[in-house]
Amino acid sequence: MTTSGPLTDDGLVQLLTPTGERVDHPDYTPRVAHLDDEALRGLWRDMVLVRRFDTEATALQRQGELGLWAQCLGQEAAQVGSGRALAPQDYVFPSYREHGVAHTRGLDLTELLRLFRGVDHGGWDPTDVNFHLYTLVIGSHTLHATGYAMGVQRDGAVGTGDPGRDTAVVTYFGDGATAQGDVNEALVFAAVNNAPLVLFCQNNQWAISEPTTRQARVPLAARGPGFGVPSVRVDGNDVLACYAVTAEALERARSGGGPTLVEAFTYRMGAHTTSDDPSRYRSAAEEDYWRQRDPIDRLTTYLTATGALTDAFRAEVEAEADALGERTRTFVRALGRPETSTMFEHVYATPHAVVDAERAWFEQYEASFAGGEQR
Amino acid sequence: MTTQRMTFAKAINTGLRKALEHDPKVMLMGEDIGALGGVFRVTDGLAKDFGGDRVVDTPLAESGIVGTAIGLALRGYRPVCEIQFDGFIFPAFDQITTQLSKMHYRSRGRLNLPVVIRVPYGGGIGAVEHHSESPEVLFAHTAGLRVVSPSDPQDAFTMIQQAIASPDPVMFFEPKGRYWEKGDVDTDADPLAAASTLDGARVLRSGTDVTLVAHGPTVATALKVADAAASEGRSVEVVDLRTISPLDTTAVAESVRRTGRCVVVHEAPVLYGTGAEVAARITEECFYHLEAPVLRVGGFHTPYPVAKLEHEYLPGLDRVLDAVDRVLAH
Repeated sequence: MTTSGPLTDDGLVQLLTPTGERVDHPDYTPRVAHLDDEALRGLWRDMVLVRRFDTEATALQRQGELGLWAQCLGQEAAQVGSGRALAPQDYVFPSYREHGVAHTRGLDLTELLRLFRGVDHGGWDPTDVNFHLYTLVIGSHTLHATGYAMGVQRDGAVGTGDPGRDTAVVTYFGDGATAQGDVNEALVFAAVNNAPLVLFCQNNQWAISEPTTRQARVPLAARGPGFGVPSVRVDGNDVLACYAVTAEALERARSGGGPTLVEAFTYRMGAHTTSDDPSRYRSAAEEDYWRQRDPIDRLTTYLTATGALTDAFRAEVEAEADALGERTRTFVRALGRPETSTMFEHVYATPHAVVDAERAWFEQYEASFAGGEQR
Repeated sequence: MTTQRMTFAKAINTGLRKALEHDPKVMLMGEDIGALGGVFRVTDGLAKDFGGDRVVDTPLAESGIVGTAIGLALRGYRPVCEIQFDGFIFPAFDQITTQLSKMHYRSRGRLNLPVVIRVPYGGGIGAVEHHSESPEVLFAHTAGLRVVSPSDPQDAFTMIQQAIASPDPVMFFEPKGRYWEKGDVDTDADPLAAASTLDGARVLRSGTDVTLVAHGPTVATALKVADAAASEGRSVEVVDLRTISPLDTTAVAESVRRTGRCVVVHEAPVLYGTGAEVAARITEECFYHLEAPVLRVGGFHTPYPVAKLEHEYLPGLDRVLDAVDRVLAH
């Protein structure tokens, strides 16, 4: 751990230490004061279920059932903590690794797998759960979130004081994305428009093989003030602190206080995707260091010490996770090849003569093999 | 019917005004489009009448303009973006091609992005570098975008309103060299009740000897060519493509089957240009009707040249007439 630069752990908001001790923070302790044992168990359950799902998806890729999988291993606290601070009317623009946030929005996790199975470029109706489709071009969606937030302003859904109406928009992106022009433009547009936006950066320290030191010379949160955007660094492996800082940022957004940049300092414990090989660019010692800062373990330690995490509850969640794993495997294997004709559907919302003509030609071509071999 | 004589720029301005009046979700976004009225004054007076929340002076960042327009559209708005000049669209190229064009498809039809991107394009105005280009085919090559270009004030008035009403993203290329040319515009007609101008070509001048295909700024050139050719006893039919995507070669083919000869003209470079696509399709569809190869007249495979040389680069009257002569020589 360095003491300066983008990988320092200086200035991190923390409410739960890596060894599971509950510590106080003058600004943020009140943000989690209402979380009772049941709520804390809920956060633990969320993280355990997301990790099980993530593990199953990785295994399914290894079995050839998925073309690719991007693990969120190690980032469960950042995602579940921030996601559970959201209100139903809030809207999320994720990157492509925010499986934990998807879970908190009520999206059935299996729906994420159509994209990675290669049967759909999206997979769900974003308006059902206010969770936009995954965006694979790094940082592009942060501008969509900003524009959406500008629309929320125009709809008068900010600063009314009505907790059921005031709306915030959250966009998730990584350390690598902070180098993209679009992320910087999102900060500019959000700032000058005072948009109700939370820019939630998960600094997982690795953009595939490049460490955050290749993206920045300063902690990523230090960029915010230059844009006029209040910023906070949080221990991304501390689910309580992530909840607290997000709750504060959401409140600022909904009340008309404008955007916030959150840097959740965490670690990508797995590979970038199943196509990656981290052993080529980082050490086992580094991975061990972070394994000891596992976001689930510290909550387990804390809740076990307080007595909130009973054996009965753990067994219940374990059974639930087993069922989720089984359901995930069954779901993926049942996802068949789409009809070829769907390739031509929804290119445009209104008829387009070239697409129509090419589709007609192709269908005629396919039909010319009628009675012949089928794919 | 109230016909008013107005410039091309005023026709778009009037169309934008009608759209803002017609639908409270319509909004304009761009650089200097508010108090200044845009560098070409196309949005003149609109910020004053509709306010800064609907006619938005944006930060100077094209990707940001298009990216936030996508988000606004997802929230239910109908943004009309102005890119100040053709050569400045490339910072937004990523948002347009990877995001705007594909959202409807990748959401399997669940999401629409009714975003219009207005682009003043083309040369002939003596401008500095990056202010005279014709990048329309770069967008036509991307599925999911409609790419259109009006050629006269009436079409500009109609097409901008139909583009804004379209549920699809529309790249709206405005021939800036024609902004100050005047024409009659029926401002009472309801463009949304009229036939679509976003799907098909139109025959602007009937003729029997050669089909001359143009769009945007070169349509006026083509009409002058037809006049000049007529004085030499040659009958040129002028087809205004209006849309580059979809490309309506049905109308062109119907014409070529009668004339047997075809010339395509545009300001963009000939290499891989609209003319190449028209020529390929006409050759496929009308092979046995053709008396001569389809010829293309356009820009060269050079960067857009300095202003003092642009009239040699641009397909003017003489070069198009030369091509007409060459197809007739077969």
